[in-house]
Amino acid sequence: MVRPQTSEISARAGEVWAVLDQVMDPEIPVVSVVDLGIVRDVREEGGALDVIVTPTYTGCPATKQIEADIRQALDQAGFEDAGMEISLAPAWTTDWITPRGREQLKAFGIAPPEGKAGKRALFAGNANVSCPHCGSRDTEQISEFGSTACKSLWRCNSCREPFDYFKCI
Amino acid sequence: MSKADPLFETCLRLGDTALVLGQRLAEWSSKAPTVELDIALSNHALDMIGQAQLFLEYAGRVEGKGRDEDALAYHRQDFEFRNAMIAELPKGDFAFTVVRQFLFASFAEAFYERMLTSTDADLAAIAGKAEKEMAYHMRHCGEWVVRLGDGTEESHERVQAALDELWPYVHELFTTDEVDQAMTREGILPDASALKEDWLEHVKAVMERATLRLPEDDWMPSGGRSGQHTEHLAYLLAEMQVLPRTYPDAKW
Repeated sequence: MVRPQTSEISARAGEVWAVLDQVMDPEIPVVSVVDLGIVRDVREEGGALDVIVTPTYTGCPATKQIEADIRQALDQAGFEDAGMEISLAPAWTTDWITPRGREQLKAFGIAPPEGKAGKRALFAGNANVSCPHCGSRDTEQISEFGSTACKSLWRCNSCREPFDYFKCI
Repeated sequence: MSKADPLFETCLRLGDTALVLGQRLAEWSSKAPTVELDIALSNHALDMIGQAQLFLEYAGRVEGKGRDEDALAYHRQDFEFRNAMIAELPKGDFAFTVVRQFLFASFAEAFYERMLTSTDADLAAIAGKAEKEMAYHMRHCGEWVVRLGDGTEESHERVQAALDELWPYVHELFTTDEVDQAMTREGILPDASALKEDWLEHVKAVMERATLRLPEDDWMPSGGRSGQHTEHLAYLLAEMQVLPRTYPDAKW
């Protein structure tokens, strides 16, 4: 789902999108739930609004927090009557992170996902991850898992800084 | 025992296997060989428990008796659990854990990939999430199988011993009974028995790279998926369920 153009939706739906733009991911507080692709749609039927949300990883401990944050933001902006629906399919993918979201990740020191993860090949981890600090491609993986399930831990061989990499799924 | 709805039974089998395996992986939290592996195994556990939550939540809806995923996870006894036995075996050493996770994930990844086209929209949606996660577990644990197998004398011995001990239990993953067959006829579940050949090819290739010997097929215990378990499951549940059983109204 790509966020619709303002001209395609009603003023109220547009306001809801604007509210959701201000809801940040609890683990990565510089990227909004819209830019992470967690908000899939704002559906409007007969005047009723429904926010469609998809979880990232099934076991992501932040899922409940994200839902609660969205609920709170909607309520505070006067959209108490807007519903929220959790949708599993199609499954969330890092491809849904917007270009703006990728820039924000990088500015926060997290390398955005690159390429596609090889499914069956062993030892075929992404070889082309750029350092978010200096841009060097001379980087290596330290650990398959980083501070959260969605990230792995890398280091840059040029500037010697460690960094998180947002894994491709 | 009354004849349960095959779809409910199916959701329990999928959910319980994920839950029990997740609980075993979670036993590594704060005890793994390195901090990186501690984080990795805890995250694997979270994935499995997340999948279990989805399957059991759906099981509760299918059953229609007001039980949610917590009621099903915390307020059933061992003989009511429908997990494959491979999931309940004690966590063993690190080699045992990664070999089990590799063998299971290699099966589950292929199974969920085929479940993406299930005629049941809820199961197809859960498969979409689970398939990606199992692919990741298969790769991460497969790499460790190779590192340990082709590592030191001790790591090779340990990983070979783990493989030998686990091998009898892999077969249950590919067995089907009338519940599975009914679900496959309706296009709800893939036929697990048809996946074994590809699975074996994949496992063989990794074992070769790890310089490990593939065990002979011999004893093939099964029955976990119909409620007959090893003694280990009851101990696992005693620990997992102690809080909600002691304080049934406790809220997280």
